[in-house]
Amino acid sequence: MQRAIITVVGKDTVGIIARVCTYLAQHKINILDISQTIVQGYFNMMMIVDISALDVPFGEMSSELSEIGEKEIGVQIKCQKEDIFDAMHRV
Amino acid sequence: MINITEVEETNAMIEKDNLDVRTITMGISLLDCIDSDLDRLNEKIYNKIYRCAKDLVRTGEEISKDFGIPIVNKRISVTPIALVGGSACHSSADFVTIAKTLDRVAADVGVNFLGGYSALVSKGMTKADELLIRSIPEALSSTSIVCSSVNLGSTRTGIDMDAVRLMGTIVRETADLSAKRGVLNGDTKLVVFCNAPDDNPFMAGAFHGVTEGDVVLNVGVSGPGVVKAALEKVRGADFEVLSETIKKTAFKVTRVGQLVAREASRRLGVPFGIVDLSLAPTPAIGDSVADILCEMGLEYAGAPGTTAALAMLNDQVKKGGLMASSYVGGLSGAFIPVSEDQGMINAAEAGALTIEKLEAMTCVCSVGLDMIAIPGDTKDTTIAGIIADEMALGMINQKTTACRLIPCPGKKVGDHAEFGGLLGRAPIMPVNQFGCDGFVNRKGRIPAPVHSFKN
Repeated sequence: MQRAIITVVGKDTVGIIARVCTYLAQHKINILDISQTIVQGYFNMMMIVDISALDVPFGEMSSELSEIGEKEIGVQIKCQKEDIFDAMHRV
Repeated sequence: MINITEVEETNAMIEKDNLDVRTITMGISLLDCIDSDLDRLNEKIYNKIYRCAKDLVRTGEEISKDFGIPIVNKRISVTPIALVGGSACHSSADFVTIAKTLDRVAADVGVNFLGGYSALVSKGMTKADELLIRSIPEALSSTSIVCSSVNLGSTRTGIDMDAVRLMGTIVRETADLSAKRGVLNGDTKLVVFCNAPDDNPFMAGAFHGVTEGDVVLNVGVSGPGVVKAALEKVRGADFEVLSETIKKTAFKVTRVGQLVAREASRRLGVPFGIVDLSLAPTPAIGDSVADILCEMGLEYAGAPGTTAALAMLNDQVKKGGLMASSYVGGLSGAFIPVSEDQGMINAAEAGALTIEKLEAMTCVCSVGLDMIAIPGDTKDTTIAGIIADEMALGMINQKTTACRLIPCPGKKVGDHAEFGGLLGRAPIMPVNQFGCDGFVNRKGRIPAPVHSFKN
């Protein structure tokens, strides 16, 4: 399994999760865990996903996701391989 | 499993506090390019560097994308050219052809600096060393991304004062020639060292030492903004909390550097050398070492207490970083360049920071008097005297010290010099006007120091 972390931050609106998940399904990305909060109308979500079956290069997927966030939903979407968080927060 | 708070912390460091990996530097040995025919030598140098480094920039960008961490610079360091060019170069002009080849191949592979137009003369100069040193003004004003360094002394050998005196002249000539040609002041790309490390990934002093393998990857981390942000959260706390906070932050920052180094090494099929644990500032607001010192409680960098604060900062960065990386090397310490750090510029403009205080600060951190603009009419011997002082600090204290002084022709104290981009802008700092001609004009070298009776 190869894991990545997707974070979505921005103003809350209808269909954020739906749009992101549709894209993930199209590219064979499996969602392992979702945590989400809304503070004062601000949407904050983290997904842990499995990208081992991903059908496009990682860089392309992360660029497309951030473009969907920016142009379609009006939120910031980042996708990073999990290793950077493991390196920083786990000894 | 990673939780949302940890993810937010990491991303806030990257987005708000300018966390980045400052440089991936590929060290390439050119010893196997040595040839007595100059044209063939230049061709071999071009081919070897191109072959080794052609994928460096692309790989760096891919890693950056995968982890969402900026990797600001991709660079190359090579074997000191005085060694490589010795048998082919019979004049300084011959050496300049190599500088131009290096400039061309660096541009072709897309790196933003290439270091190693260097000579190691801590005990004496060979004919090739001297020819290379004398070619520096021409080489640096006719190329754009080649960096030059000269090692003038070491704790084991003492200081080669003949070379120090020569460098005083070369530094001034480089500034004059750049001004005449209307190009970037070449002294921004020229540094002199005592105890130069073989594996430094940072410019302008990077070169690939002769003790290194054929090709190696070294990584320089950064993160003054992250340290400052962490210290803001413990404002007013005691020294124990202060040092623990710096240590933990340095650990996190360095782990990212280690990850990037390992990943780059794997993807490029090149051995991982070292991570350099440095706090390297940039002119960007919030990316400043001086701001950390202010956050620790100083009005300006340079105020009384600065040396103590910097000593503590530097030591805690090392303690945190050492455990985070499997191999640590290079310069490893806080950098205090003036022009590349907005907080240092402010301190110099306010009159809080002088060259003498900076000299004291270099006793407790890496690396030396860095990116300091001085009046264009500063005498060669005065420049050599400042260099000699800084070399002596390194020699006696068994540490690396360096000087990157930038005389600015036509400018005087109160003026500013603009270097652009990462090199920033600098106020012209006053230089002590008393002479040292009688001292630096003596021939020979300062003997190696005694290694006991440390007081």
